Amino acid sequence: MNPEAAKYIGAGLAMTGLIGAGAGLGILFGNYLQAAIRNPAAAAGERTYLFLGMALAETMGLFGFVMGLLILFK
Amino acid sequence: MAAIEPMEQFLVRRFVDFPPIPVPGLGPVDLSITNSVLFMMIAATLISLFFFAATKRALVPGRLQAVAEMLYGMVDNVLTGGIIGDRGRPFLPVVFTLFLFIAILNLLGLTPGGFTVTSQLAVTATLAVMTFLIVLAVGFARNGLGFFKLFWPSGMHPAMSAFLMVIEMISFLIRPFTLALRLFGNMLGGHVVVYIFATFVIGLGAFGLQGIGLNNLGLLGSGLSFMMVLALTALDFVIAIIQAFVWAALTCVYLNEVVNLDHGH
Repeated sequence: MNPEAAKYIGAGLAMTGLIGAGAGLGILFGNYLQAAIRNPAAAAGERTYLFLGMALAETMGLFGFVMGLLILFK
Repeated sequence: MAAIEPMEQFLVRRFVDFPPIPVPGLGPVDLSITNSVLFMMIAATLISLFFFAATKRALVPGRLQAVAEMLYGMVDNVLTGGIIGDRGRPFLPVVFTLFLFIAILNLLGLTPGGFTVTSQLAVTATLAVMTFLIVLAVGFARNGLGFFKLFWPSGMHPAMSAFLMVIEMISFLIRPFTLALRLFGNMLGGHVVVYIFATFVIGLGAFGLQGIGLNNLGLLGSGLSFMMVLALTALDFVIAIIQAFVWAALTCVYLNEVVNLDHGH
């Protein structure tokens, strides 16, 4: 295979790490919304932890993103 | 059609050239004023001016003072008060500064012609290392060598604790990397996606205007891409604020662990 092509395919494959981040964010916000609808009074207090969970879930996907950038521009 | 380079917006350009200044131990350091430095200066000036104007300490707050008090109260109640508790008061200035500085830098990057300073890994890494060092310094100042209890999970067999201690230490040491990468990745990703859809607007629009036929469908794609650009820009504004908030909240979580080490707050 052409090394240049392999590089781009590799960068694309590295981005599949974002599948997990997407699924994680969906679970996170879905469950938050479900809990918030059941108990709206408690929703505001847990919003900080929602964003924290979002940040942590995203990080895992961003590792894949950085791998993609490393493969492309190194 | 000349291709629009989506990465070009992140180029650091020199505006005012200074000769490299030799720093002992580091070698020559380039201290020229680049667009990155310029936008950091603008952000710092904006924040300072805002607080000079807003802190007249009127008993009945005016508009500016109300905004400043709301921001201050938000950080005090939700972040330092909500996450660290009563012992978090002394850390309000550093958390507040980090939150405002990152938020303003992110928002300045979204202004037309603006430069996103937080899309430079060097900048986010520096901020992350500073945050990490603050946590380390507070941890050692408050607990002394008892700081290492942070890594020792209690209530299980010592062999298991020793094994988990390694994992805990790795997850502690990886924090500056995750902090830096999160902000960098979000800002870079957001801006690149907007640019790519903007190239679709031009490219598909030009294709759709060539004569009459099936290629006129390109105009439809161009319009859809333009709406996508609008929607993504709106999303970027939300992300700009949320990422600044996340940075401040994570700083609070890290500080909470070392400040309330003996209390288990």
